[in-house]
Amino acid sequence: MTALRLKSALTLLGPFIALLVVYGIFGMMNSKMFTEDVMLNILTQTVIVGTAAIGMTLIIIAGGIDLSVGSIIALCGVVAATLVTWHLSAPVIFIATIAFGALCGLINGGLTVGLRLLPFIITLGTMQVFRGAGKVATNGSPVNLPFDVTAYKPWMGGAGIPLGVWLMIVLVVLFGLLLRYTRFGRHIFAVGSNENTATLCGVNVGKVKLLVYTISGALAGLAGMMIMSKSSQGDPTTAMGMELDIIAAVVIGGASLSGGEGTVLGAVIGALLMTTIRTGCVLNGIPTPWTEVISGAIIVIAVIIDRLRHRKA
Amino acid sequence: MPPIPPRLVMRGIRKTFGSTIALGRVDLEVLPGEVHALVGENGAGKSTLMKILSGAHLPDGGEMEVDGKPYRPHNPLDARAAGVGMIYQELSIAPHLTVEENIVLGMEPMKGLFVDRKAMRARTLEALAHFDHPDIRPETLAGNLSVSALQLVEIGRSLAMGCKLLVFDEPTSSLAQKDIERLFTLIDRLKAQGISIIYISHFLEEVKRLASRLTVLRDGSVIGTRDVSTVTPEEVVALMVGRDVKDLYPRTAHQPGEKLLEIRSLSGRKKPIEVNLDLHRGEVVGIAGLVGSGRTEFLRALFGLDPMSGGEALVRGKNGAANPRMRWQEGLGFLSENRKEEGLALNLSIADNITLTCLERFGKAGTLSPRKQNAATAVWIERLGIKCQDPSQSVGALSGGNQQKTAFARLLEHDVDVLLLDEPTRGIDIAAKARIYEAINEVVTDSIRPRAVIIISSYLPELFGVCDRIAVMSLGKLTRAVPVEKLTPHDVMLVATGKAADLP
Repeated sequence: MTALRLKSALTLLGPFIALLVVYGIFGMMNSKMFTEDVMLNILTQTVIVGTAAIGMTLIIIAGGIDLSVGSIIALCGVVAATLVTWHLSAPVIFIATIAFGALCGLINGGLTVGLRLLPFIITLGTMQVFRGAGKVATNGSPVNLPFDVTAYKPWMGGAGIPLGVWLMIVLVVLFGLLLRYTRFGRHIFAVGSNENTATLCGVNVGKVKLLVYTISGALAGLAGMMIMSKSSQGDPTTAMGMELDIIAAVVIGGASLSGGEGTVLGAVIGALLMTTIRTGCVLNGIPTPWTEVISGAIIVIAVIIDRLRHRKA
Repeated sequence: MPPIPPRLVMRGIRKTFGSTIALGRVDLEVLPGEVHALVGENGAGKSTLMKILSGAHLPDGGEMEVDGKPYRPHNPLDARAAGVGMIYQELSIAPHLTVEENIVLGMEPMKGLFVDRKAMRARTLEALAHFDHPDIRPETLAGNLSVSALQLVEIGRSLAMGCKLLVFDEPTSSLAQKDIERLFTLIDRLKAQGISIIYISHFLEEVKRLASRLTVLRDGSVIGTRDVSTVTPEEVVALMVGRDVKDLYPRTAHQPGEKLLEIRSLSGRKKPIEVNLDLHRGEVVGIAGLVGSGRTEFLRALFGLDPMSGGEALVRGKNGAANPRMRWQEGLGFLSENRKEEGLALNLSIADNITLTCLERFGKAGTLSPRKQNAATAVWIERLGIKCQDPSQSVGALSGGNQQKTAFARLLEHDVDVLLLDEPTRGIDIAAKARIYEAINEVVTDSIRPRAVIIISSYLPELFGVCDRIAVMSLGKLTRAVPVEKLTPHDVMLVATGKAADLP
């Protein structure tokens, strides 16, 4: 018990310390980093990647991967924006968009489980399909929200801490508990750690995988809602390459791409770390190409540290 | 004339890793032309000692001599140059090189800038002359050879270097019976040529067959050296575990009770073919047979891990669906022969591995209490003597024997009525084996609810030690199960190898 706590604490401590160090360094370069505005901005910028990273963590723990998540987010943003133009009520739009995301996830999971194909290949394909579908539906141009619609602003902006940040925090707690204190959570770990063992022990491996992809799709749908709230439009070309940011956040957070390991809190800390780097670079006038180099280097360093940690254990 | 010095002397060898003492003070002496067996539990320090001997680790203290000369290797090449060769379980053969290139690997004879292929061929032929194996020719690609042939190439490599001391680490673990015999003949011949051998094995029968003396290691220290001809298996096990073991195969009278399992004409995809078997409470039925005869496929089809193509398996008279979930519910449990690939989720905790089949007992409505999981696990850690830090330690960090105990504990925690055990003691040390035999005996003689066991094993003494009845699988067909008193190992081997159609 204590050893496990200690181990998971150490696993989380790594990314957390990295976050503090990076934040501190940028803060020393430009004290604006420490202002409330910037802090809020970092938190808000993290919501979309962070929310999707929670779902991706479940998939990666179960030994899978979802490259289509960025496309799902964009497509769900388009769906949400379209529904807003139909003047449906906000709760209905939330539920419908999340359900649409879940459906996309279900398709990923269903193909992976049903055809027994590698999720990498399947989602590489659906990444294009979902991306293309969004463009087809909108003729490639964004669906703008009517000017009089302001109901979605507080989710990603406005005064004080945006609702989206609270939502992300609630989700982290919820899914953290799910992974540790439910049967389903343990089954996710078992499937990712050794699928044969899970089968042998009577775990319904197909069902677990299907659920995991569906949940992740639903969370991507939620992230799509947030991207629509943030930009007041449904843009089919948004969130390009975001799947890589999301996967990187999960891995920085201590997950193993071979499955069986990972935490949602770690993933969100990983997402925060990447936003902090970007924000810090902008504030300090570091050009965007350099931001990319730095973000990439941090990912590589995180993976190296992860390997060292495993060797010691 | 001065007396001939021992081939190897190790005096007061010490080695610590951080705060762990891997080796206390180890003394070992091996004579020229002697086969010296080294036995001990996993983690007793055998491999550390051999790594020091082969130069992979440097000792913290102590000294070594080879043929009376000081010996302090800094790497395996040093060791080989000094005449010490290692034959590891995992062979280090490059599959894309030929036999001769493998044999001279790392010590290629050179002619200027180029490899001297003539010298290489000569050296290879000389080494290969030790064992005449038709498949092993200098120009054959190593990748095309069988495991047993590769092992010979590995031995040949050491002989080509002029090694006078060979260390064999569990050499028979991946060999078939006839290759084992061939290896033993070779070892006899090497011994006769004055080559010394250190032989590490979990099998006391092999030690008896080959060695003249054996040394027992426990917790990093030498407990004693004995003459193989006079020592009893019980004495060796007692030395290894540090407590008295009266009988390696404890046996209280088994009382067969109600019929738990009735298997009628069960067939798999290719194997097995129309298997019939009854199993009663309080009995242990053994399944002998060669590897690949269909023993594992039989248990897998019965448990629903492989498809059944015909027949039925009645559990307490009922014919349920053959899938693992259903089987666990019916009170059947399966222990896989392959604990790394299938038996255990290595990066999950001991507690998760033991309780995975019955998580619903540890919380209501889909929730789970890790505290309760750990408490239940602590019981098995104590009862089976699983060496670990605590229940939440990951299984991958345990030694083979303790991993196997963990996999076995899953069946006990689920509290199944029928234990299906596929090679339950493969590759684990004798002390851990003894624990598993004890546990099997305990569950079948339980006074309230005696369980039933089907056990597959390639190791006949084990089957004869623990079983009430034995059936033999040959080419997918299972004989009837015959009471063990009416059988000899010879009868079983005749059927297993197809020289007899049925047990007497």
